Amino acid sequence: MSNKSSPQYGLPPDRLESQFSDYKPLYTEAEALIEANRCLNCYDAPCISACPTGIDIPAFIKKIATGNIIGSAKVIFEANMLGYSTGRVCPVEELCVGACVYNDLNSSPIQIGRLQRYATKKAMEIEENTGKKLFPRNKRKSEKKVALIGAGPASLACAAYLALDGVEAVIFEKDVLPGGLNTTAVAPYKIQTEDSITEVNWILQHGIELKTKVEIGKDISLDQLIDEYNAVFIGIGLGAGRHLELGANNNPAVFSATNLIRKIKNDPDFSLPNDLNTVLIIGGGNTAIDISRELAMLGVKDVRLLYRRSRQEMPGYEHEMVEASRYGVRLVENVTPLEIIRNGEKIKSLKVKSTISNDIFDFPCDWVVEAVGQLKHVFDISPDIEVDEMGRLVVDSKSFRTTNPKVYAGGDCINGGKEVVNAAQDGREAAFDMLKSWGISPSLHGENYFKSFTSIFVQEMTKEENIKNG
Amino acid sequence: MADLSVNICGIKSPNPFWLASAPPTNTGEQVMRGFDAGWGGAVWKTLGEPIVNVDSRFGAIDYSGTKVIGFNNIELITDRPLDANFKEIYEVKKRYPDNVVIASLMVETKEEWQEIIKRSVDAGADGLELNFGCPHGMCERGMGSAVAEEPKVLAEITSWAKEFSNVPVFVKLSPNVMDIRDPGLAAVSGGCDGISLINTIKSIIGVDLDTLVPKPSVGRESTNGGYCGPAIKPIALHMLAVLGRDPKINVPISGIGGISTWQDAAEFIALGATTIQVCTAVMHYGYRIVDDMIDGFNNYLDNKGMHSANELIGKAIPGFVEWGELDLNYDIIAKIDEDKCIGCGLCYVACLDGAHQCIHTRKGPCNAWHGDPDHGFGPRTEVMPPVWHNGGEPAMNHVPFVDEKECIGCNLCMLVCPVPDCINMVEVSHSGGKESWKDRTTNGSS
Repeated sequence: MSNKSSPQYGLPPDRLESQFSDYKPLYTEAEALIEANRCLNCYDAPCISACPTGIDIPAFIKKIATGNIIGSAKVIFEANMLGYSTGRVCPVEELCVGACVYNDLNSSPIQIGRLQRYATKKAMEIEENTGKKLFPRNKRKSEKKVALIGAGPASLACAAYLALDGVEAVIFEKDVLPGGLNTTAVAPYKIQTEDSITEVNWILQHGIELKTKVEIGKDISLDQLIDEYNAVFIGIGLGAGRHLELGANNNPAVFSATNLIRKIKNDPDFSLPNDLNTVLIIGGGNTAIDISRELAMLGVKDVRLLYRRSRQEMPGYEHEMVEASRYGVRLVENVTPLEIIRNGEKIKSLKVKSTISNDIFDFPCDWVVEAVGQLKHVFDISPDIEVDEMGRLVVDSKSFRTTNPKVYAGGDCINGGKEVVNAAQDGREAAFDMLKSWGISPSLHGENYFKSFTSIFVQEMTKEENIKNG
Repeated sequence: MADLSVNICGIKSPNPFWLASAPPTNTGEQVMRGFDAGWGGAVWKTLGEPIVNVDSRFGAIDYSGTKVIGFNNIELITDRPLDANFKEIYEVKKRYPDNVVIASLMVETKEEWQEIIKRSVDAGADGLELNFGCPHGMCERGMGSAVAEEPKVLAEITSWAKEFSNVPVFVKLSPNVMDIRDPGLAAVSGGCDGISLINTIKSIIGVDLDTLVPKPSVGRESTNGGYCGPAIKPIALHMLAVLGRDPKINVPISGIGGISTWQDAAEFIALGATTIQVCTAVMHYGYRIVDDMIDGFNNYLDNKGMHSANELIGKAIPGFVEWGELDLNYDIIAKIDEDKCIGCGLCYVACLDGAHQCIHTRKGPCNAWHGDPDHGFGPRTEVMPPVWHNGGEPAMNHVPFVDEKECIGCNLCMLVCPVPDCINMVEVSHSGGKESWKDRTTNGSS
């Protein structure tokens, strides 16, 4: 996998994003071997259970230790085709790394994300250098074809597992750039657009067609896709950032966090004004923390995160807040914004109220960034597809089918906003359900032998017991 | 502070820790730095007709990222002129009269033995060590381990050495024999004053999987070498103990083989060594390792209430018996400390696949079949309730438990557990005294 940007998407190199350096750089071979050899190779390891895609983590780490990089990467990709980006963007402290048994020994846990990045990256390099594919195109061609809406992690994962088993997969993306949040939203010190695009291209080359700048509901209707394809997968994520009513919504100094992050990552014409000194961020989730840290890292001196409750109650991860604090982000707890005070067109300050004392304060500022959630997508979803009161598509938890059995969905549009790895898992499960329903047994199952053995065994035993107990 | 000085065959050494005959004792300058670091003695790099060495002489095996758990070499005896070596031995003894210098020797004919022994004694060597152990290169020329394989030849050369020497003569034995007692008894019958063992083990350290040439590769070829380092310690301990407990081996022993720490040294001494010799660990970390060997050994003796290193010599030999003398009624079971367990599952899988299926998880019914007729040939259906820590917090459901009725006390779980002191083998009280296989066969109740 090369790092050169992909000209077909017209991504210019000198974006604000490129000023960020990688906060967990790619391991060298020596670093990877030392870390891989530290792994205890737990049986029924807790890190596996903590991974939404259930990657057999001890197995891939052991393979790194023995120098079997191709085998290692295959273990990862069989469970998660977005293994490269998730190795970089997963909140591993909350997932696999947080579950590592070394935490219970008060020793530093295995850096699973970094090892995963190493194995996948190196395997992609080997693939490119030798021309030998990790997953050769399946010769068996199925008659089936699937349309996938949105080129984010959920659709990419789904399309990949379909394509590997000979199903024609076509992804429709309304944007210019594919990759979803990996491309437009993940903090640039975790992954940058070029790397996300390169991963997308790697996934696409397994036989997936991508059509960008096609919007469902405008350029083509969902019903038409349902008619023309054997199944449709919806992986459209969430909509635009929500705005608060603070009386300055169209002011150029008021941003939604997702919008601002996207400008930093993708917009070559965007830069921070020289006189930008104070930015107030409203919110307490991971997006709020991310944009705070990004602005602080870009040199904004006074970045304050305003949250309406206490730090303990913030939905954002504590480890992310700790990192943001290291770059100078200050947290103001228990305040709720009331109104943006303007001086003509310029913003003067933000009036806030303490949620404890009800006192009113005035915070002078240059910019206000709202990180208060995203709106659901609105388009002409057929009436037979149920949407819950939160705007999420309702799916069956095992098959990922919506209430229209031909239509599947996964990722943020069904869960309201989770991690890339959750989307990857949804897409995979949906693909497997499609394959099974068409009588195609998935060539990559990604479940380890013993797990299936145990579950079959327990089922049989329950059967026996039932017989015994009449 | 215990007295670490020892006396072996009349040679007094300030401590039992010697440098073995090897690259670290190649020159006088090295040996003196070794003595400065604290080594009590040094066995000089084997002297003989100077040879020509090849480049690429050493190989090693690593395990799970730990470097050099085993080491091998295809280096031969000294490649420096004998004159230089003897001059340096003389200089070293002059400057370090209290440290021990042993000349390791390897020549062919009786005349050559006479000549080299005379020169060694004249140079001031405190003793001689006849190298009948080297298993590579020299043995092809009828020397080294070729001698150890022929007890008669070994005894004869030993008797020559005794004839020509007025300092103690040690015979260094090769482990590359069927029974170490054969060369051991031959050395004693030849009149040796002491025995050194073991030399290195004939080996191929590995194969370069890119070139498909064994290691260490000398161009496109390699040869068998001598294997040493931490991994060979158990082999050396066994051979030492076999000679140590044999009443016919009535000479002191200098123990060699994989010693890196004071614990290793103490184990050798407990199994009958009077002095010990170290090479690989010094090649890995330098002479400085002797500092903790002296310090740690001293503290150990203090803790044991021993006033002298001599008190430890051979203390473990009575405990080394034949299998048939072991107590068949000795009963232990594994106990897992639930507070210490980190839930890695290694004891579970080791017992499940590698032992007797006596450790179970709390995640659900155990899927191990028990072949024992008492259990029926089927799975256990018992699901154990979760464990609670003393503080009231639930322990992880990963904490496994031992079926104490089934546990056969094999130690495997304890050995694989990565947490210190988490799994212990606990003795179960049992009625009836000791009964061994020998007892049973003698009583006709087998």
